[in-house]
Amino acid sequence: MDYFAQQLINGLVLGSIYGLIAIGYTMVYGIVGMINFAHGDIFMIGGFIALITFLILVSMGLTAVPLILLVVLLVSMAVTAVYGWAVELIAYRPLRQSFRLAPMLSAIGMSFVLSNFSQVTQGAQVKPIPPLITGGHTLHESAGFAVRLSNVQIVVVVTTVVLLAIFTWLVSRTRLGRDMRACEQDQTMAALLGVDVNRTISMTFVIGAALAAVAGIMYLLYYGLVDFYMGFVAGIKAFTAAVLGGIGSLPGAMLGGLAIGLIETFWSAYFSIEYKDVAAFSILIVVLIFMPTGLLGRPEVEKV
Amino acid sequence: MSGNDILAVEHLSMRFGGIVAVNDLSFTAQRNRITALIGPNGAGKTTVFNCITGFYKPTEGSIRLTREDGGFRQLERLNDFRISKLAKVARTFQNIRLFPGMTALENLMVAQHNVLMRASGFTLLGLLGLPTWRAAERDAIERARSWLDRIGLLDRADDAAGNLPYGDQRRLEIARAMCTEPALLCLDEPAAGLNARESAALNELLLAIRDDYDTSILLIEHDMSVVMEISDHIVVLDYGVKIADGAPRAIRDDPKVIAAYLGTGDGEEIVAEGVS
Repeated sequence: MDYFAQQLINGLVLGSIYGLIAIGYTMVYGIVGMINFAHGDIFMIGGFIALITFLILVSMGLTAVPLILLVVLLVSMAVTAVYGWAVELIAYRPLRQSFRLAPMLSAIGMSFVLSNFSQVTQGAQVKPIPPLITGGHTLHESAGFAVRLSNVQIVVVVTTVVLLAIFTWLVSRTRLGRDMRACEQDQTMAALLGVDVNRTISMTFVIGAALAAVAGIMYLLYYGLVDFYMGFVAGIKAFTAAVLGGIGSLPGAMLGGLAIGLIETFWSAYFSIEYKDVAAFSILIVVLIFMPTGLLGRPEVEKV
Repeated sequence: MSGNDILAVEHLSMRFGGIVAVNDLSFTAQRNRITALIGPNGAGKTTVFNCITGFYKPTEGSIRLTREDGGFRQLERLNDFRISKLAKVARTFQNIRLFPGMTALENLMVAQHNVLMRASGFTLLGLLGLPTWRAAERDAIERARSWLDRIGLLDRADDAAGNLPYGDQRRLEIARAMCTEPALLCLDEPAAGLNARESAALNELLLAIRDDYDTSILLIEHDMSVVMEISDHIVVLDYGVKIADGAPRAIRDDPKVIAAYLGTGDGEEIVAEGVS
């Protein structure tokens, strides 16, 4: 039972990170109907920006951890958002009126561009950082096994929950959120009501990238390392999470993220760690056979 | 050409390859009047609307919208969101295009984008939650609710627009267009699919818009009970060419119009039964 509880905690933490990335996939799919395959690499860029900011702050002699975290968070979100904005502007917008596969191919290309850009500028080796947030709490102990909840896990989950709350408010209650939903349903009509569709789409990429940056920071804090290749696997997992939850659905993305995180963790814990990805993707296939629109997805409605 | 024209279409032509949808069309719409654009199916009415609202770039011609202060915009040079933002032209569609997944209230809120955009300091200030933005948001909700009240949908404000009955959706679409505070409202067959009672209510709504909101209306309609009753001026198209232009009474008796609708000249029947 204790072992189960421990895995549950680990799974939820991993799932939070996947969920944050998955939101970016699902938002972009909702508004422009394409899979932004470069999104995983945006997450990786977020991690690197965080690392670089961290190193700069430390070399400036800053030692207060909460302050460092706050600055890293803000800088990484801002810079990564610029990356997200630029990717859309350069690689997707010119192809928006083109055939459906064109922006997707462009996205795959952009994914390579970003990961190779990091490899060239930052080097190919794994970049570690010392643990920033240490310590934790022992929740329960028996028979030599302790269920531990580390402080970094708390930070990851709390940050995710807070960001999701802000994000949900943004989408459901603000002008920008309304514009985004309007563009999602009928771009032409939204434009006729005065909504600048291009600008709204840009904002979608900016917000998605900022959330991916947070996921990158959480990854860096949790695993203590970044490398240029980490965006690929995390991106595929988060994409899977978005599809599992029902692509286009925001709560679905978060739910899918948590599901993938939990499946992976439990599979690794009880079966074999080598096959954790196989397990996650198998479950995806099974779910999609029985629920083609994912867990929370709406049935596909043909747009006129 | 009187000084009180809000819209002046001059020598407008729209060709698609070899097909001439609109051919050298000129007409004007007066400020604070209801101008109807009628004609048999395929006459090019919707094409004219599409040119006015930036969907099509006219092959030739000019579409000038004059503001009350005398300034003007050439609509054929604007497109996309600028039609609403700069020229203050709004339109509705033959097939209703609400945002079905958003509530009735939200549909009207999206339409107030221009006002809210300025008030929110282009998003940045809005994120900070400044009081001016909050006040603007409140005003927008207030305006939306007053429109819902006017069209009798206040109690369904939080229902998804797609779940409303057909007639309500039509009225909501007009209310949404009005929430952009347009100078010119273009309505594409607003009475299509409405029953007699609903179309009488529509007449009242359109007359109220003309009289109370300083908005001029350009109307495409097949329902002659609507057209004859509320139009101040009628322009008749056939095969992309203007065949008549005048007051409802004159149009009703115009032999060319009767011929266009029936092919032969039995006018009494049209007036009695209506052409729909």
